Amino acid sequence: MEKIPILRMGPFLLVTIQVDLYDRLAENLESDLVQMVSKTGAQGVLIDISAVSIIDSFMGRIIGNIASMSKIMDAETVVVGMQPAVAITLIELGLPLKGVHCALNVERGMELLRSRIALTDGTPDDDADTE
Amino acid sequence: MTMLTLNKDTMAVVKEQDVVPLRNRVKEYATKIGMGLVNQTKLITAASELVRNMLKYAKGGKVFIEVVSKGRENGIRLVFEDKGPGISDVALAMKDGYSTGKSLGLGLPGARRLVSEFDIQSTPGKGTTVTVIKWKNG
Ligand SMILES: Nc1ncnc2c1ncn2[C@@H]1O[C@H](COP(=O)(O)OP(=O)(O)OP(=O)(O)O)[C@@H](O)[C@H]1O
Ligand SMILES: [Mg+2]
Repeated sequence: MEKIPILRMGPFLLVTIQVDLYDRLAENLESDLVQMVSKTGAQGVLIDISAVSIIDSFMGRIIGNIASMSKIMDAETVVVGMQPAVAITLIELGLPLKGVHCALNVERGMELLRSRIALTDGTPDDDADTE
Repeated sequence: MTMLTLNKDTMAVVKEQDVVPLRNRVKEYATKIGMGLVNQTKLITAASELVRNMLKYAKGGKVFIEVVSKGRENGIRLVFEDKGPGISDVALAMKDGYSTGKSLGLGLPGARRLVSEFDIQSTPGKGTTVTVIKWKNG
């Protein structure tokens, strides 16, 4: 069965969704990601949805679940690259993406994650540019 | 005003893997009449919600896709027809947050917001038919 690859990038996990997910694939991604977060102790999850043209309430719920489960394990979730048409549609549909941060692209998403981690760690100089 | 049907198609939806091909077919139709990306996305998302309901509550059904026109305006009409248990209180089912499936209860009211015209007919024990139209510029 096909699977969506999860990449490890330092303290973060990166998932790029390339295909239009059908339900089982999305549910598997949810459980795989949650397992990866707990196994690696990742501090952030980036979900790149720039190739996704439709998000309905089912997909939205999966993304929300990933965010809230990650939160319990002390990791932040950032969704990157949402297409404008998708964003407009989600608002009209009325789907609340609770606890999900959004960023324009992967780079910005990483920045956002780093700044949030720095905030919660209380170590402002423990930043990427000091490495 | 009379409405003309220009082109049509029927698709059976009985399993979750049927959802993506259905979305693709709706997209083909919407593209063919020159519907813009935002309206296309709204229509396909609404279709996705309605087809999920059919699968979840009625074990599937049929979807009719057609190009319709009213005056100068073209649009896509989708009819979702199932022979499931039906809905006893349609007004309640159309409310945001109402769900018998422990879900968000967003599908029906959300789909209505995303399309230009929305109609739901349901008979308990017989089934449910939801008809939506999205006008090209609507
Ligand atoms: N085709 C159908 N046949 C029978 N009952 C239906 C059908 N579609 C919807 N319903 C009923 O109407 C309720 C509301 O549907 P709606 O799609 O708004 O919410 P949901 O499916 O419960 O949750 P969500 O769509 O947010 O996951 C459902 O819980 C179900 O009881
Ligand atoms: Mg639903």
